[in-house]
Amino acid sequence: MIWLGIDTSNAPFSAALVEDGKILIEQTSAMKRTHSIQAMPAVEQLLAAADLQPADLDAIAVAEGPGSYTGVRIGVTLAKTLAWTLDIPLVGVSSLEVLAANAVPFEGVICPLFDARRGNVYCGLYKSKGERLHRIWEDRHGSLEELLSDVSFIHQPVLFIGADADMHKTAIRESLGEQAVFAPFPQQLPRASQLIQLAEQRLPVTDVHDFVPSYRRIPEAEANWLQQQESRHD
Amino acid sequence: MKTDIYVLGIETSCDETAASVVKNGTEIISNVVASQIESQKRFGGVVPEIASRHHVEEITVVIEQALTESGLKPADLDAVAVTEGPGLVGALLIGVNAAKAFAFANGLPLIGVHHIAGHIYANQLVQPMEFPLLALIVSGGHTEMVIMRGHGSFELIGETRDDAAGEAYDKVARVLGLPYPGGPHVDKLALASEIAVEFPRAWLEPDSYDFSFSGLKSAVINYKHNLEQRGEQLDPGAVAAGFQQSVTEVITTKAVRAAQAYSVKQVIAAGGVAANKGLRASLENAFNELQIPFAVPPVHLCTDNAAMIAAAGTQMYLSGVRSDLAMNGRPGMQLTSWNE
Ligand SMILES: [Zn+2]
Repeated sequence: MIWLGIDTSNAPFSAALVEDGKILIEQTSAMKRTHSIQAMPAVEQLLAAADLQPADLDAIAVAEGPGSYTGVRIGVTLAKTLAWTLDIPLVGVSSLEVLAANAVPFEGVICPLFDARRGNVYCGLYKSKGERLHRIWEDRHGSLEELLSDVSFIHQPVLFIGADADMHKTAIRESLGEQAVFAPFPQQLPRASQLIQLAEQRLPVTDVHDFVPSYRRIPEAEANWLQQQESRHD
Repeated sequence: MKTDIYVLGIETSCDETAASVVKNGTEIISNVVASQIESQKRFGGVVPEIASRHHVEEITVVIEQALTESGLKPADLDAVAVTEGPGLVGALLIGVNAAKAFAFANGLPLIGVHHIAGHIYANQLVQPMEFPLLALIVSGGHTEMVIMRGHGSFELIGETRDDAAGEAYDKVARVLGLPYPGGPHVDKLALASEIAVEFPRAWLEPDSYDFSFSGLKSAVINYKHNLEQRGEQLDPGAVAAGFQQSVTEVITTKAVRAAQAYSVKQVIAAGGVAANKGLRASLENAFNELQIPFAVPPVHLCTDNAAMIAAAGTQMYLSGVRSDLAMNGRPGMQLTSWNE
């Protein structure tokens, strides 16, 4: 069983080929390159390096978000088009969960985090039990301040993970003090092999056509429109 | 021996998710368009983020339907053509990445097509092109005149300096309180009206083939304000007719001058506004008189579709043009010749 995993949901890029629980090849980078330019050539190179054809793929795993709207859409579009035309299963995994998987088996709470601008973050809360990862909170979008206040009630060490967690290190330390722990740099990037490992544990999507990103936020125009509708009904 | 060429076209530059299979660049085998008009209506225009989300929802459905209706398998295709630009970047990226994945998975050549080249080549689906020709592109995003001396040769001789004609139509529709998309409503009102308000014509410099519609748009807005201040009733039909007369007279006059200056054998119109009855009639009259063949594709090939992308893509394929998997969506892409 050969998996292709793709994560373009945030600034880092990762793609991997995994065969029966073994990494054949993996590419992860944090250079500021456009996913739309690099993702497909990278997949082509990985397959060539592993001496495989597209038709050799048995399943596709993709990071479904949250993250950069455009980045998430690029990965999801590539993944669903490949899965549909190759007629193979597709599995979507939370981008935050992929990051959290780097911290297994940390004995505490794991908080993967992506910056969402204007003081906001995408974050989730996970816990590892043995080799498995368990979700404590639904992935969410909100202010960093609110997140830190919620986390302070947990009374356990919380491991912050992700390149963007580093960016907010000072604010997190100020708010949580010693409760906050930071993942070492090799764990800060999402890795497509982790994505595939998580994908193997769940069921594929029932209809590839219906598969869409998990944005965790509605567009501003739609939010405004909904608000207008509500005030009209009042 | 296989001699026919089948190209899959994909178009997502604005708010239509479209896919089509075209044979030999001239014959439509299937042509699927999923429109977002119903969704975008709520906002009175195209919201880019919403457009991108819809494209992701529709893209594989639309490609599959185009293939199913064509009765062909990916292995029967010769190439995949996709709109590379210009357009909304987030929207373009969905078509581009789907095309890349599809081409790679099926071992097919990939061809990035300029959206305007697509609009022009929509005419090939109706009748052969005769060179030199004048192409007049009038849409929500474009008002351009292009001279073609052969396949893949484009010389831009004039373009709008501010709003596209279609944009002006939409703005005037809003001023008149017409529903989105407003262009067809303005056209309808204008044709039904027996009187017309006199609005200015923007001729620019005497030798210029460029256009300008922002002054006309302001004139319509000012006219409405003046009436309101005087407490008088506005006649939407008369305003629509006056506006449309100004637009069609300027476009027709400039197109006629260009057609004569370049001694063209054919004039073709393209783009959503080319489907406009008033403009079409005015151009038809003018070129009939001059006995220069004039063609406009049917409405469903004037508005955004993927058959036009496949048609242009086929001609590029025949010229040996290929893109690679590093192709990106190019929102500001220029129309350049591919045969030089
Ligand atoms: Zn168009």
